[in-house]
Amino acid sequence: MLEAYLNLFIKAVFVENIALAFFLGMCTFIAVSKKVSTAFGLGIAVIVVQGITVPINNLVYRHLLKEEALAFLGLGQTDLTFIGLISYIGVIAASVQILEMFLDKFVPSLYNALGIFLPLITVNCAILGGSLFMVERDYGFGESVVYGLGSGIGWALAIVALAGIREKMRYSDVPMGLRGLGITFMTVGLMAMAFMAFSGIQL
Amino acid sequence: MKLLRDLLDQAEPHFKTGGKLEKLYPVFEMMDTFLYTPAAVTRGAAHVRDGIDLKRIMITVVVALVPCILMAMWNTGYQINLAIAESGLTSAGGWRGVIIDMLEIGYDPTSIAANFFHGSLYFIPVFIVCNIAGGFWESVFSMVRRHEINEGFLVTGMLFPLTLPPTIPLWQVAIGISFGVVIGKEIFGGTGKNFLNPALTGRAFLYFAYPAEISGDRVWVAGGDGYSHATPLGLVPIEGVEALTSSVTMGQAFLGTIPGSMGETSVLACLVGAVILIATGLGSWRIMLGMTLSTLGMAAVLHTVGSSTNPMFALSPLWHLLVGGFAFGCVFMATDPVSASFTNTGRWAYGVLIGVMAVLIRVVNPAFPEGVMLAILFGNVFAPVLDYFVVQANIKRRALRTAA
Repeated sequence: MLEAYLNLFIKAVFVENIALAFFLGMCTFIAVSKKVSTAFGLGIAVIVVQGITVPINNLVYRHLLKEEALAFLGLGQTDLTFIGLISYIGVIAASVQILEMFLDKFVPSLYNALGIFLPLITVNCAILGGSLFMVERDYGFGESVVYGLGSGIGWALAIVALAGIREKMRYSDVPMGLRGLGITFMTVGLMAMAFMAFSGIQL
Repeated sequence: MKLLRDLLDQAEPHFKTGGKLEKLYPVFEMMDTFLYTPAAVTRGAAHVRDGIDLKRIMITVVVALVPCILMAMWNTGYQINLAIAESGLTSAGGWRGVIIDMLEIGYDPTSIAANFFHGSLYFIPVFIVCNIAGGFWESVFSMVRRHEINEGFLVTGMLFPLTLPPTIPLWQVAIGISFGVVIGKEIFGGTGKNFLNPALTGRAFLYFAYPAEISGDRVWVAGGDGYSHATPLGLVPIEGVEALTSSVTMGQAFLGTIPGSMGETSVLACLVGAVILIATGLGSWRIMLGMTLSTLGMAAVLHTVGSSTNPMFALSPLWHLLVGGFAFGCVFMATDPVSASFTNTGRWAYGVLIGVMAVLIRVVNPAFPEGVMLAILFGNVFAPVLDYFVVQANIKRRALRTAA
């Protein structure tokens, strides 16, 4: 049991790194990786949100949307998976909003540190991608918690590494036409090549 | 010598700004400083006086690589002559066979000269193609972007062929080094401004793009269509540790008389290189030691844990150090001062990270028996972050000290 969770965790962090193997959440990944400190903040925010929304969406999916999930209401035949996408986004937006208000009230220091990132990642495709992968692979509740945290940590790891490289690249002499986004995309590609070391690992 | 200097001095005006061959100045500058010390010297009171510059650093690395290169040529020839002797053939066939037969050198695996000659017929074409293709890109970028061609490429151009199997098609050598030099280095601004080791970038690119020519068991011993001979490391996942220990002794693995990438097989040659690099202070002993210790540690952990399905778990820690590209990667690739960590604490962490990753990839990932190369690239990706946290910790510590 524990071993299965550990394997899933390693798989979510490294083998199926959501940023460098699936290239999800690229917009924030590239936009907010100029400095390590902000990247670190965003990374933490993604871990927290991912760790919350994937399990919640798991509950929504398994107890409301899935075929025969509503049997206890006498609606045995109902299959609501077609409204899955919109429900997951709704859950993500709502839980981020609640989390934001909670942090504002009780942990203002963290609220200030995360700042704009918290509402920003509501629309991050890495977050929605996490939920969709969870549904596709039919994870149980425990697995969804591990997968949510793992994929969040993997994304955070990747953005912090990218920010480190970009801070170092300020001393680079990049050709005119490649400055800015161009070289960042190529950097991400090279990073993904390094992460390919994990492709094919069966756990 | 005077004649040569005069010749260069005479040619110089043509390459200076306004001259006919102005665009080719980087090439002229390279030739000039390769042969003579640069004419530009510091005037007035410089703060740091040290004879070591980029040129001397790179030349020292080249010197440290010489044992590996000699070993690469000898062992490549030895492996193929051994295979020829086993199969009872009298000639190698192909153009190499024609040359050897013409010079009547023979294929005796016990003769050092014959091995050396046959091996060099494999190594030298790869080496030349690599340097022409890589040198071409290096020159184009220096001319267009007006920076100097420096000896950084000389090292990349030597490391890259050493990581390749002897049977590699020459066009792939050209493509691989082009990718390594252009994407791995030049688009970031040239030597010292990249974040991945260019030689390894090219090697990894080839590895993912053309896996058939760079992995498997037919590529390591050259000759004809390639003799089927797995590398010792490649044997383990398929046939178990016994297959390794019965076919190769630790002494053989240490000396490097085993099939494998051309320059990677000999731990002894890499050790000689390591001594040179550490003695001259160019290679970080922290990285090497950190990587060696963590490889031993991680291998010991996995060895004790064991596995009933994966024979790689049973490979003992010492074997991990002897086979595959560990020694070469540890000494020459991981210590690349540009792509490694800059801070001393960061270097320890970087070395440890690579060692752990190398063993993990080797053991857990059946697709890539050679994990060291990918582990070093992985380390390169995280080196800047490691530095960042070391520097931040230092700033915090000092702030606390001054506040007190």
